[in-house]
Amino acid sequence: MQWETVIGLEVHVQLATRSKIFSGASTAFGAEPNSQACAVDLGLPGVLPVLNEQAVAMAVQFGLGIHADIPEVSVFDRKNYFYPDLPKGYQTSQMYDPIVGPGEVEINLEDGSTRTVRIHHAHLEEDAGKSLHEDFHGMTGIDLNRAGTPLLEIVSEPDMRSAKEAAAYLKAIHSIVTYLGISDGNMAEGSMRCDVNVSVRPKGQEAFGTRAEIKNVNSFRFVERAIEFEVERQVELIEDGGDVVQETRLYDPDADETRSMRTKEEANDYRYFPCPDLLPVVLDQAYVDHLRDNLPELPADKRARFENEFGLSAYDAGVLSASRAMAEYFERVKDVCGDAKQAANWVQGELSGALNREGLAIADSPVSADQLGELIVRVLDGTINGKAAKQVFQALWHGEGGSEGNSADAIIEAKGLKQVTDTGAIEAMIDQVIEESPGQVAQYRDAEPDKRGKMIGYFVGQVMKASRGTANPQQVNTMLKEKLDALC
Amino acid sequence: MHDKTLTELAAGLRAGEFSSRELTQDLLGRIDRLDGRLNSFITVTAEQALAAAERADAARATGEAGPLNGLPLALKDIFCTRGIKTSCGSRMLDNFAAPYDAGVVERLAAAGTVSLGKTNMDEFAMGSSNENSFYGPVKNPWDLDAVPGGSSGGSAAAVAAGLVPAAMGTDTGGSIRQPAAFCGITGLKPTYGRVSRYGMIAYASSLDQAGPLARSAADCAHLLGAVAGHDVRDSTCVARGVPDYTTDLDAPLSGLKIGLPREYFGDGLSPEVESAVREAIKVFETLGATVRDVSLPHTHYAIPAYYVIAPAEASSNLSRYDGVRFGHRCEDPADLIDLYKRSRAEGFGEEVKRRILIGTHTLSEGFFDAYYKKAQQVRRLIRQDFLDAFDEVDVLMGPASPTPAFDLGANKDPVSMYLQDIYTIAVNLAGIPGISVPAGFAGNRPVGLQVLGTHFAEAQLLNVAHQFQQATDWHLRRPAFAEESA
Repeated sequence: MQWETVIGLEVHVQLATRSKIFSGASTAFGAEPNSQACAVDLGLPGVLPVLNEQAVAMAVQFGLGIHADIPEVSVFDRKNYFYPDLPKGYQTSQMYDPIVGPGEVEINLEDGSTRTVRIHHAHLEEDAGKSLHEDFHGMTGIDLNRAGTPLLEIVSEPDMRSAKEAAAYLKAIHSIVTYLGISDGNMAEGSMRCDVNVSVRPKGQEAFGTRAEIKNVNSFRFVERAIEFEVERQVELIEDGGDVVQETRLYDPDADETRSMRTKEEANDYRYFPCPDLLPVVLDQAYVDHLRDNLPELPADKRARFENEFGLSAYDAGVLSASRAMAEYFERVKDVCGDAKQAANWVQGELSGALNREGLAIADSPVSADQLGELIVRVLDGTINGKAAKQVFQALWHGEGGSEGNSADAIIEAKGLKQVTDTGAIEAMIDQVIEESPGQVAQYRDAEPDKRGKMIGYFVGQVMKASRGTANPQQVNTMLKEKLDALC
Repeated sequence: MHDKTLTELAAGLRAGEFSSRELTQDLLGRIDRLDGRLNSFITVTAEQALAAAERADAARATGEAGPLNGLPLALKDIFCTRGIKTSCGSRMLDNFAAPYDAGVVERLAAAGTVSLGKTNMDEFAMGSSNENSFYGPVKNPWDLDAVPGGSSGGSAAAVAAGLVPAAMGTDTGGSIRQPAAFCGITGLKPTYGRVSRYGMIAYASSLDQAGPLARSAADCAHLLGAVAGHDVRDSTCVARGVPDYTTDLDAPLSGLKIGLPREYFGDGLSPEVESAVREAIKVFETLGATVRDVSLPHTHYAIPAYYVIAPAEASSNLSRYDGVRFGHRCEDPADLIDLYKRSRAEGFGEEVKRRILIGTHTLSEGFFDAYYKKAQQVRRLIRQDFLDAFDEVDVLMGPASPTPAFDLGANKDPVSMYLQDIYTIAVNLAGIPGISVPAGFAGNRPVGLQVLGTHFAEAQLLNVAHQFQQATDWHLRRPAFAEESA
């Protein structure tokens, strides 16, 4: 039987506010345990929550970024359950009236096509603290630094049909929140985590299968692998005559499998009710309009502009607009060198290759956009050839030539990489190579004329070597051909 | 000095008849001698009080004294006080000292008042007799066999017994007004949102409100002026100017339209209380007010609605007492669940557990709509009843409680205890202000007249109450207990 996978994601995005959603404590990552937890975060008696306006603004910006309805009124509810890292015994969240209504997100697939995933809603809530099980023999440590950190939970419709689509969706969300600057999107530090709802159904069937929820998956790769494992598990189970049960599962990246955490029967009754300590959030239209007017250009718009304005392929436009940092880098390179296609090639080729090799983000690139732009200028104006350009790039990467925009020129100068276009100089080198290679010349002469094209490569290589890579390759090629053919 | 009002004591301080230190020392002595029989204080902070009194005297010497400077008072043990035990009447918080002062505490300290200590109360403000305290019941100074009312029973008893001229309490369903009535003093519950709840330990967040208990309406006016006003740390505290509540105290009452809710004079009202209240209303007629009957048709739904909403909020508010970070923790927990179960089972008393269970049940899946949502709808109807009534009359009057103070141990059944609050509870659901003023006696036990106004009509309530106190002397009566050691 042919099976179809149905996937919906709940993505928790940590908002980049300076202080917590209901208290003035700092949200910075990595501080000493419990050094960033004030009386409100500790849930001491008598303290009260005060809503952080910045978190509201960020949630609304996200809503506007996905073309969602922004309801005039949203309400905070309490989700009640006991857990040691949940200080108040409830999490303040939004159950019934979320801050962001239905919207949609465009995702880019590997084949360059795009799809739309509908967003059911997004709501604000506070994060819990962390339970630390290591380092405490037979005990659990509680770190409440994270307690009260603002989260935006983005709930999709079950619109995705493969693990790849789910990963692409997660990347699209990552891209939107980082473009908006409302999250640092740092998945390793938990700034984005997601719960994945997965079910399978026979292809062509309308009704959804029973779903399992995989909790707390925290990387693009794990999302794909968790789904792949889970789909296989569910299909095997059904094909063996079993039934999928509605349950919460955990993905274990080390074992690469999902395991049952609790079934529906064991699920908590969270006893949601409106939080009486917080007033409903009422957004006036002028406030929403102001935020809308100040939104930055978002990935989908940027991608379209890169295609239409710069003539880039859909694939290139997608890659270069995938993150705000990438897009800004690319646009700067393009502005400096004036050639979008060259800029795109260099950013996606040499630069991305080097970044990937060293595991660096584009923001940490040792080669600045200005430096790369100037380097491309020198290729375009014929000062250096492509081979020398790669050498210059490597030198820039290793910090040679200083950090100024004109450092490419300094390297070209210092290494003598300036392209030789002087016909006399090239001719002298050609003559010497021909003189030193009588055997190859004889072979060339004896070859059929249509095979000679291939054989000329040897001579070009020798001449380039003799020039230490600085001779203009086209010129070398043309002149060599003339000289050799004259010998035949 | 112990039977004077705040206003009189302020005049004495101003005139240099005595210092704040002398006054404080005198009252600390009375607490020391008398409170063993009354049990109105959980914690007496003599040392801090004397230091504060000295600061107040020093401020007065340099001419920096405000109107309340140097005046002693007491705080219900529900208000967090920095470095001083804040128990909320519970074993759960017997070991808890807050690292901060409540908004109310800060403002009173800034006004130069001197806190003598923390008063007894029903555990987590749940009760109408002060018999639900981990620290034992409080006795009514008018009759030591009687309860002082609750939950602010310690505050009311301490004021009535002349241990302090005034005290702060909180009122979630009548917890200021009913003990004020039982103890023959004046108690004001302000409009919801008038006074900051920051640092006030929550029972039912949408109903809780702090207010003063004192010997006169004028004293309440001074104290409300000091504690009212916006506090950014409480989102439900209203950003609205605070008038001088003393300005209109002397305004004449001619033309005042008084409404008597029929539902407040029906079955279950003790005849002695009714006759005292009706006599009081005649006094208002002599002052030029007109009286008419009105109806608050949803009154009989108030107690059921309250006992859905308040426990629901309480069940969530009290989840933080889990033995993990502060408060009572059981010995040698076997595991996490054991820690939760035993810490809470040992830390909370019977009534608190009962309300947590009720609240947990009414919020549960399958019951939420039938209970919580329905109760919130009823709450809106009750509020509307009052707003409709205030379209016709200026204030409403009736008894603060259906009976005078009852005997300790007399109300064993929780429901009969809940019915004690029948005239006070709807006021919290509607969020309006109410004041209880002494209006006579049933035998040796005081009777309170309750006056209700529309939202933010505190100045009017205080004016009405003050004019009554200018025409009567019920508020000047003192229990024999207060004179014993004089």
